[in-house]
Amino acid sequence: MTESESKSLQAKEKKEVTTPAELTKPGLVFNPAVDIFETERELTLLADLPGVKAKNLKIDLNDNVLTLTADETPLEGPGEKDVVREYRTGTYYRQFSLSDTIDQSKIEAVMKDGVLRLSLPKVEAATPRKIAVKVA
Amino acid sequence: MIIKRFSDWPTWDWRSPVDELERMRRALDRLSGGFTGNVFRLPTAGVFPLVNVTEDQNNYYVRAELPGVKTDELDISVTGETLTLSGERKLPEESDKSSYHRREREAGSFSRVISLPARLDVDKVKAHAEDGVLTVVLPKAESAKPRQIAVKSS
Repeated sequence: MTESESKSLQAKEKKEVTTPAELTKPGLVFNPAVDIFETERELTLLADLPGVKAKNLKIDLNDNVLTLTADETPLEGPGEKDVVREYRTGTYYRQFSLSDTIDQSKIEAVMKDGVLRLSLPKVEAATPRKIAVKVA
Repeated sequence: MIIKRFSDWPTWDWRSPVDELERMRRALDRLSGGFTGNVFRLPTAGVFPLVNVTEDQNNYYVRAELPGVKTDELDISVTGETLTLSGERKLPEESDKSSYHRREREAGSFSRVISLPARLDVDKVKAHAEDGVLTVVLPKAESAKPRQIAVKSS
């Protein structure tokens, strides 16, 4: 991690995407940046969703396709006028196909400081089991 | 010798073809943006974090998207007309046993100076973070506020 600690962050515009399914709400759609990692027991997904309140986040798992839809809540008050606008707000949308069988009843999602942490535990059968070989 | 002559050429611009294409693209963007009324194609300063600045009669509001950055890891300072935002975005270490499928989120340090169009009331600046979006409220100095002038008729 020493390398990333010394690195300075580069400004990046949010990537605008077109969704395969037409969204009924007007507005811009972005791809959020995610980290996905896997341990023996679970798959974890971290997504940067700044400006999204937990109640505006939808997580859907259907036929091993995970869909994230999150609406950003604009913070601007009614009397405010734009001076500079460098980033845009809208909806975050991203789909993932999952290869492992996920235990849908145990999925947990936590939103903290604009970061979503989604834990997707694998079903028992999918966890690799170590088989001890006995010497006869 | 020829290279020497070229570089002495007064109007010669040593721009690479890539730069030239980029310049053309920007010019076209500006043109199309002007016709469609797309205000979002304005050039950004290109420094992290990207900010949106708004104002009302009394305050400037500077907002930046900083997901996962804790308020105590942020350093905000204000002088006269400028605001400095600096800090570091740290991503917590996950266990060694995990293997990555995707790694798009970035960690690193940042520092940005934002110049505002008017003087600020330095003592009354407030900042708060909500859902990963930092908002800095910068009250305008009394001298910079719009004033209504009553016209007296004699």
